[in-house]
Amino acid sequence: MTAVSVRSLTKKYGAFPALNNLSFTLEEGNVVGLLGENGCGKTTLLKVLAGVLLRYDGDVEIAGYHPGPESKATVSFLPDESFLADGDRISRCADMYGDFFADFNRAKFDDMLQFFMLEPEMKLSQLSKGMREKAQIALAMSRDAKVFLLDEPISGVDPAARDVILRAIVRNLEPDSLVVISTHLISDIEPVLDRVLMMRYGQVLLEGTVDDLREEHGKSMDQLFKEVYQWSAN
Amino acid sequence: MEFNSSAPIWLQLVDECSRRIVTGEWPAGSKMPGVRELGVELGVNPNTMQRALAELDRTGVTIPDRTIGRYVTEDTARIDELRESVAADSADDYIHRARGLGMSLAAAQKLLTNRWHHTEGD
Repeated sequence: MTAVSVRSLTKKYGAFPALNNLSFTLEEGNVVGLLGENGCGKTTLLKVLAGVLLRYDGDVEIAGYHPGPESKATVSFLPDESFLADGDRISRCADMYGDFFADFNRAKFDDMLQFFMLEPEMKLSQLSKGMREKAQIALAMSRDAKVFLLDEPISGVDPAARDVILRAIVRNLEPDSLVVISTHLISDIEPVLDRVLMMRYGQVLLEGTVDDLREEHGKSMDQLFKEVYQWSAN
Repeated sequence: MEFNSSAPIWLQLVDECSRRIVTGEWPAGSKMPGVRELGVELGVNPNTMQRALAELDRTGVTIPDRTIGRYVTEDTARIDELRESVAADSADDYIHRARGLGMSLAAAQKLLTNRWHHTEGD
């Protein structure tokens, strides 16, 4: 089943097109890597899909809805900036998530906290960057959502924490949900992906399943990405 | 698990599972971990893991069973066959290098025999 369908999506900031006539579809049951350098439009695209940016041209459908209140009820978005109050304890954040989202699954959340070795009583201000990222991932991934949009979930953390975070994501996958992960750390994330969507200048440069692309080109996604970036520069 | 950059990941997972079977880490007739469990352990997507396991099923090395889960074949002859095919890649590698160095088959075999005893107990 199609989980995301984007047709001729354009989003301009002033005269600058952050997304330039973008079209693609994503199926449920997949983990998709949204890859590209800073400024290529990854975050803007995720914000449109999440229903945070509502003014755009083109047609977007996610989990069967145009981005809006109905889609937000079943799309879990993890922004790339911190959205939690420093003074709060982890348990308080979970309470809020439970109030905001009917699909928040507290049992799943507690299980993920354990996996991350975090305590509910911990205050966010006491957490390291990696621990805080883990707490945010645990919140976002503990909704029984149809689509998960994770913006740069592993960028600011050390390799060991990255590994744990990616394992946690794999561990929590539901067969009929779609997970979209944006990142520029391609080699770290490649093994957990089904598909990649490589972006530049607000457009899709290349997309496909990781193993088909590996088979076809004999290259890892990291190497392929560098190559694609080179020819797209000319 | 570290993956090399050229081959598809699912094929590298087939190799890893094959290694576990021929070394007895997963003994003949034993029940194997589930797709998700393996995916988490190896840090890969469950669809990719499933594709690798389906390939092992297809070649008769493992048997999927709806009630008890997937298990390793009890056919030890099949496992011996698998061991040979896993080892064949390394053998090809050695042959290729030995040839490149201008060795004859007899010389390469002799060297192999010598080293075999030399490395015993390693």
